[in-house]
Amino acid sequence: MAADGDRKPAKKLNLKENYALLTRGLGWEPSYQKKEDIFRTVDFEGVKIHDWDKWEDPFRLTMDAYWKYQGEKERKLYAIIDAFQQNNGQFNVTDVRYVQALKVFLNGIVGLEYASHRGFNILGRELPGVGPRIAAQMQAIDELRHATTQIHAISHYNRYFEGMAEFPHQFDRVWYLSIPKSFFEDAVASGPFEFIVAISFAFEYVLTNLAFMPWMSGAAFNGDMSTVSFGFSAQSDEARHMTLGIEVIKFLLEQDPANVPLVQKWIDKWFWRGYRLLALLATMMDYMLPKRVMSWSEAWTIYYEENGGALFSDLARYGIKPPKYADVTVKEKHRVSHEMWSVFYTVRDALGFPIWLPSKEEMDWFSEKYPETFDRYYRPRFEYWRELEDKGTPFRSSTLPKLCQVCQWPCLYTEPDDASEFVHRQGEYQGEIFHFCSDGCSDIFHDEPEKYVHAWMPVHQIYQGNCFKEGVDPSAADFNPMAAALDYMGIKPGVDGGSMRDHVDAQRWESWTARPANMHEGAITDAVRKTT
Amino acid sequence: MPVKAIKPGYHGDYKDGVEKFHGQQLLNISWDKHIMFGFPMCIPVPPQMPFGALIEKVLPGIYGSHPDFARIDWSAVQWSTASGAFVPEPGRSLADHGLRHKEQIRFRTPGLDGHNGAG
Ligand SMILES: [Fe+2]
Ligand SMILES: [Fe+2]
Ligand SMILES: [Zn+2]
Repeated sequence: MAADGDRKPAKKLNLKENYALLTRGLGWEPSYQKKEDIFRTVDFEGVKIHDWDKWEDPFRLTMDAYWKYQGEKERKLYAIIDAFQQNNGQFNVTDVRYVQALKVFLNGIVGLEYASHRGFNILGRELPGVGPRIAAQMQAIDELRHATTQIHAISHYNRYFEGMAEFPHQFDRVWYLSIPKSFFEDAVASGPFEFIVAISFAFEYVLTNLAFMPWMSGAAFNGDMSTVSFGFSAQSDEARHMTLGIEVIKFLLEQDPANVPLVQKWIDKWFWRGYRLLALLATMMDYMLPKRVMSWSEAWTIYYEENGGALFSDLARYGIKPPKYADVTVKEKHRVSHEMWSVFYTVRDALGFPIWLPSKEEMDWFSEKYPETFDRYYRPRFEYWRELEDKGTPFRSSTLPKLCQVCQWPCLYTEPDDASEFVHRQGEYQGEIFHFCSDGCSDIFHDEPEKYVHAWMPVHQIYQGNCFKEGVDPSAADFNPMAAALDYMGIKPGVDGGSMRDHVDAQRWESWTARPANMHEGAITDAVRKTT
Repeated sequence: MPVKAIKPGYHGDYKDGVEKFHGQQLLNISWDKHIMFGFPMCIPVPPQMPFGALIEKVLPGIYGSHPDFARIDWSAVQWSTASGAFVPEPGRSLADHGLRHKEQIRFRTPGLDGHNGAG
């Protein structure tokens, strides 16, 4: 073209063209490698996809816009975290019990965000369709961001309180943290379609509101602005993740009728696994938040029974039924948090955070929120335990639990129709005995036993002698296997677990804030007793 | 199908085979109705241990702190495994009772149903 001073720039792309070029336009048809060699894991699960182009991108987001939005969110979030630190926000929360909930979150949940990041990276490589591949890549970055921002939001607490400094180590080794860890490893070790149904649909779409709404409002109620602003920052990501979840389900169901039973099986499995994981959240909500937002039972009613009910009646036209054993979750909602807090209390010496008994006022709240069960089963237990504490002979369980081979919780759950008996579900595979906490977990095992026979079961590992640090001599005369196992897990006996009344966090809280460590019980140290 | 895997016929090692427990085997124990303890227990035991020793030496260490424990009439206790009720013979070993690795025994103590409804 001649330099005639009349050069016209190329026409600016409209939004639609820009979007097409930056998503679908990034894909290509392979010419010198076979498609099945490139996408190696897309077939073995038995899912049939006829036309990847039928995938509707649920959110019209391109990478350039993505970086811009996320960058802005980060700037706002870190400004708030900075302000929180400058104002010593850690001392403005309700009381030090709230900090214990943060510990559980940091040690048990942040590792899941990272695992999710890994899972979506795999999808971003393995899915043959360009649309879902890009969505998965963005979510992989989101999940990494969630892990990072959670660590940063909570890191400030780590300067003042015990039990947070070794969170990646604890996530890998602590006996009860094998529950969340094995949940995500089961998902990541599945094929790409099972993973996306498990995480994007069953977890993010069906169950995430339960984690998100009560947890974030719980943080706000208890004065933790750092966690609240992390929550807001993640919320728009979650909205995208949920949209991906429902889009995936509809796409799979519309592609081929043969996909329907597979999707149903995965919904059943991952609803149950996700629900078992959330039992931890139920306990945090009911017992660990000094100011409670709503009970677990109320949250389950609203966020699963009502919202989930509407969702599954909408999916009925595809031939999808509500998840198997949903009825059991409704029966269990009246007791699961109480059963679990009881277990935490009895094994408190082997935990990474201290435990307390509910106060009179808290028990009255439970009686009101759990009229069918609390006064009948749990109030007498807590009152008896308090009596023993006052006598100086507190109750504890010193023997290790029978674990569920699938979810890895101790088999602590009671029969759906009888809250006074444990569930016993024993099964066999190739002559070997296995135990389960529920029919849900038993079904999952028997559908794919080879996936669970080599689960890393903490109790069994301890008994095999695999949970000791290098150089420890189990044949030494003064060898204490339990103490050695806790040391291996990164739990310091007498520092991390035990009773809140005697805990170093509680002492420090009172001397630094001049407020009681437990707002419902009055002060435990003289320093605060004098002033309150 | 025992598992859907990329490679057909996938098998992973049993993590908890009896050969990994140094001559012991795992035994799970549940004292029915006494759910205050939180869960059924899991312990390693020598398969040659007499059943009587389990009752006299092992169970008190696990359950002895419960107010019901001292009041148990051992002749009235009802024992069972997943395959049904059985009557233990104190002098014979766990293995003689057919208790395999990871088996669970339950015992029910009629009349003792937990402390004041607390489990
Ligand atoms: Fe996330
Ligand atoms: Fe997410
Ligand atoms: Zn389970």
